[in-house]
Amino acid sequence: MGPFDLNLIWAGIIAFGIIMYVLMDGFDLGVGILFPFAPDNDARDVMMNSVAPVWDGNETWLILGGAGLLAAFPLVYSIILPALYIGVFLMLAGLIFRGVAFEFRFKAKSSRYLWDWSFAGGSSLAAFAQGAVVGSYIEGYNTVDKVFVGGPFDWLTPFTVLTGFGLMAGYALLGSTWIIMKSEGYIQRWAYRITPYLVMVVLGVFAIISLWTPFVDELVQHRWLSYFHIIGILPTLAVLCAWKIIHYVRKRQEGVPFVATMGMFVFTFLGLLVSKWPYVVPPNYTLYDAASAPESQLFLLVGLLFVVPVVVAYTAWSYWIFRGKVRVGEGYH
Amino acid sequence: MELDPVLLSRIQFAFVVSFHAIFPVFTIGLASFIAFLEGLRLRTGNPLYERLSKFWIEVFAVVFGMGVVSGIVMSFQFGTNWSNFAQATANFMGPMLSYEVLTAFFLEAAFLGVLLFGRGKVPPGVFFFAALMVAVGTMISTFWILSANSWMHTPGGFEIRDGTFHIVAWSEAIFNASFPWRFLHMVMASFLTGALVVCAVSAWFLLRNREVEAHRRALSMSLWMLLFLAPAQAVVGDFHGLNTLEHQPVKVAAMEGNWERAGGVPLLLFALPDQANQTNRFEVGIPYLASLILTHELGGEVPGINETAVEEQPPVAIVFWSFRVMVAIGLLMIAFAITGLILRRGGQYWQKPWFLKGLTYMGITPFIAVLAGWITTEVGRSPWLVFGEMTQAQGVTPSLTGGMALFTLIGYVVVYAMVFTAGIYYLTRIFKAGLETEHTAIPQVERPKRPLSGSHVSFDDDQESDFRGSEQGGTPHGTL
Ligand code: HDD
Ligand code: HEM
Ligand code: HEM
Repeated sequence: MGPFDLNLIWAGIIAFGIIMYVLMDGFDLGVGILFPFAPDNDARDVMMNSVAPVWDGNETWLILGGAGLLAAFPLVYSIILPALYIGVFLMLAGLIFRGVAFEFRFKAKSSRYLWDWSFAGGSSLAAFAQGAVVGSYIEGYNTVDKVFVGGPFDWLTPFTVLTGFGLMAGYALLGSTWIIMKSEGYIQRWAYRITPYLVMVVLGVFAIISLWTPFVDELVQHRWLSYFHIIGILPTLAVLCAWKIIHYVRKRQEGVPFVATMGMFVFTFLGLLVSKWPYVVPPNYTLYDAASAPESQLFLLVGLLFVVPVVVAYTAWSYWIFRGKVRVGEGYH
Repeated sequence: MELDPVLLSRIQFAFVVSFHAIFPVFTIGLASFIAFLEGLRLRTGNPLYERLSKFWIEVFAVVFGMGVVSGIVMSFQFGTNWSNFAQATANFMGPMLSYEVLTAFFLEAAFLGVLLFGRGKVPPGVFFFAALMVAVGTMISTFWILSANSWMHTPGGFEIRDGTFHIVAWSEAIFNASFPWRFLHMVMASFLTGALVVCAVSAWFLLRNREVEAHRRALSMSLWMLLFLAPAQAVVGDFHGLNTLEHQPVKVAAMEGNWERAGGVPLLLFALPDQANQTNRFEVGIPYLASLILTHELGGEVPGINETAVEEQPPVAIVFWSFRVMVAIGLLMIAFAITGLILRRGGQYWQKPWFLKGLTYMGITPFIAVLAGWITTEVGRSPWLVFGEMTQAQGVTPSLTGGMALFTLIGYVVVYAMVFTAGIYYLTRIFKAGLETEHTAIPQVERPKRPLSGSHVSFDDDQESDFRGSEQGGTPHGTL
């Protein structure tokens, strides 16, 4: 495997890409999920404005995730997409409606409610579908000879429905803590008020999933039982983050809840990774089975090393331009 | 009734990619036009260029937005419907698509924000730079995706091991045999599209006597562009065809409707290809011309379709007719370009109503030509997905049933129909509002850094421009 293992490097890159996507598109999807519950129309304007400048770049990470998987671990791409055929369609349809809602809502007057619904509905649908992907990943895929052989609705089980709603709740939490940071006045108070409830919901779902997962998958059960003293740190940290959110919401601290929510996501994600390692298409294929040719991985890696720092710089730059609070009737500062 | 997942997937792919392609071909050309206008403005300081540029940036924002939404769908199509193909070619397609995201999409996303909302916030030089970067981004995007596509037509630089394509020579794979001509032809098609849409819209305004000075200038610029590009496109197209003759002779035979290898083949103007009997009906042609075009000799030999086994022949009628549609439109463009040149004398080109009216109708033709050209190319590759290596039936997702494919096909048609209607409706509103609206005085609320939100024309309410004017106290043009 040579001096350095390309597959491991790529696993790291893809994991980084996925968590980037989840955190970045997560809060703007969350804002969409919370949309119907906003106190009033002005609040909705502010909420949408707060994510509008960065939404486009955030979703580019999803495309990178798709293309990166095709490049580095094509088996994941060519098994999971067919396995989730209908789910992927629903996610894309959700993203389309949500995308155009972003575009048209501000121009609409009498039809504005339509775009409100397509923004909220599209965001919820996309978030649910992504959560179901996570659930189906935990459950594993029905494959023979590196080909998916299951049916069109294999991915839709009570467990994946739970993970679907779980991710919706998680995104909503990212959304509400983001709104705390980007708004003020009654909108911020509203966000402060709902955040603890969302934390409770997320923790509840988190607990059910954690208890349920070992029954879904023996590997997970075995791993958690035998290594709990080491990997048990991850759920502990996630719960600690949850506590921090509630604590700092009480203290009316603006920034910490969002950061702590991101922490919750990162630790949960790591927990998922260690549970399944090294399986990328459970229960049969590891990242080594799924990998593309080393020369392809290397060819892309070289470019990646040059380009990604520049991309991160752009992203930081555009967040910098649109930093600060969004106020009713105004835009950015 | 048996639903064929291969056929349905082909229809679905053709539908979603055609829908997607409409937008980039326009934005690639328009991005360069906008960068050009901004450059002129920087050099001359003439505010006219700025007003034109602002108007076209609004149009750009809408079209770009739809391109992005439909593009996201594209990046998942290979996996959902063509998973065997994805798996087999991932060693090449994966890096190509990833490089496209890394080098083009992020670049576009970053500088688009500045282009749409940064006027007045960044120095004019930086603004021009942003316009330039967006244009460069669209070009880079075209480069990668066309390299990937060309490789499917003329695969190179690879070796097959265990049913998987392994790349042994990257430069041969990326710069594969048909790529240079396809890239050139496509970029010129995009510029032609941009030029003709600008022609059409300017002509429409001139016919209505609105903002005559600005639109006359835009018309003049785009007519020069047309004069240069339309004939050049025909020449490049000819070379593209010669290249295809070398690598995919059966496709050229289908384009010519020539069933039997022969010398002195006529150029068919009309025919009804009859694949069952391997012949044409109702042929009308110009003697020797096809041989002359393809071999540059009157008696030159042209390959015949029946040299290829019937199961490996493309559907001839589709290839034959879509090719004719493209070429006819190409010739029509040349005719308009030359007429425009003749009418230059005494500035008639912007005054003759019949010419302007004709130009307004020409606005749609590049889109038809582009789709027709692609249909020629792609259907002519049939039944191969990777020419000579992998067929469509081999590439399709094994678990895909006809019912699933039909479900998503209908789904995409419905979703796109809704999005497209809304988008077109909105574009016509921008066109109707014209240059006269106050472009700079947009309340902050309405200018998030989103593609479509860059345009501020009300979606369904005419009153909004009044509201905007009063809010900002009617800031004059160019002061922000
Ligand atoms: C504005 C658009 C436009 C116009 C006016 C033309 N084309 Fe074209 N043509 C395209 C837009 C296009 C395209 C959509 O860009 C295609 C599809 C794939 C490609 O490489 O270019 C294409 C493909 C294409 C092909 C198929 C190549 C293959 O086998 O893959 C040939 C032979 C030509 N063209 C030739 C011509 C000729 C002789 C033209 C003379 C007038 C012409 N085209 C005008
Ligand atoms: C002739 C074919 C194609 C050309 C010239 C082309 C070019 C472009 C361009 C210039 C854009 C920028 C957006 C715009 O200008 O509208 C774009 C967007 C996009 N294209 Fe295509 N494309 C083509 C086909 C495809 C195919 C086959 C795929 C999928 C594999 C694809 C995937 C995408 C994606 C994901 C986006 C969205 C990028 C973003 O978020 O900015 N494109 N394309
Ligand atoms: C830009 C405009 C494009 C148009 C209008 C277009 C059009 C079409 C059409 C009409 C088909 C159906 C062919 C048939 O059924 O015989 C097709 C198939 C296909 N095209 Fe394209 N195409 C475009 C670009 C691309 C690009 C850039 C790629 C790849 C990078 C691509 C890859 C494919 C694939 C994978 C199929 C399905 C398999 C097949 O039917 O051959 N296309 N396309």
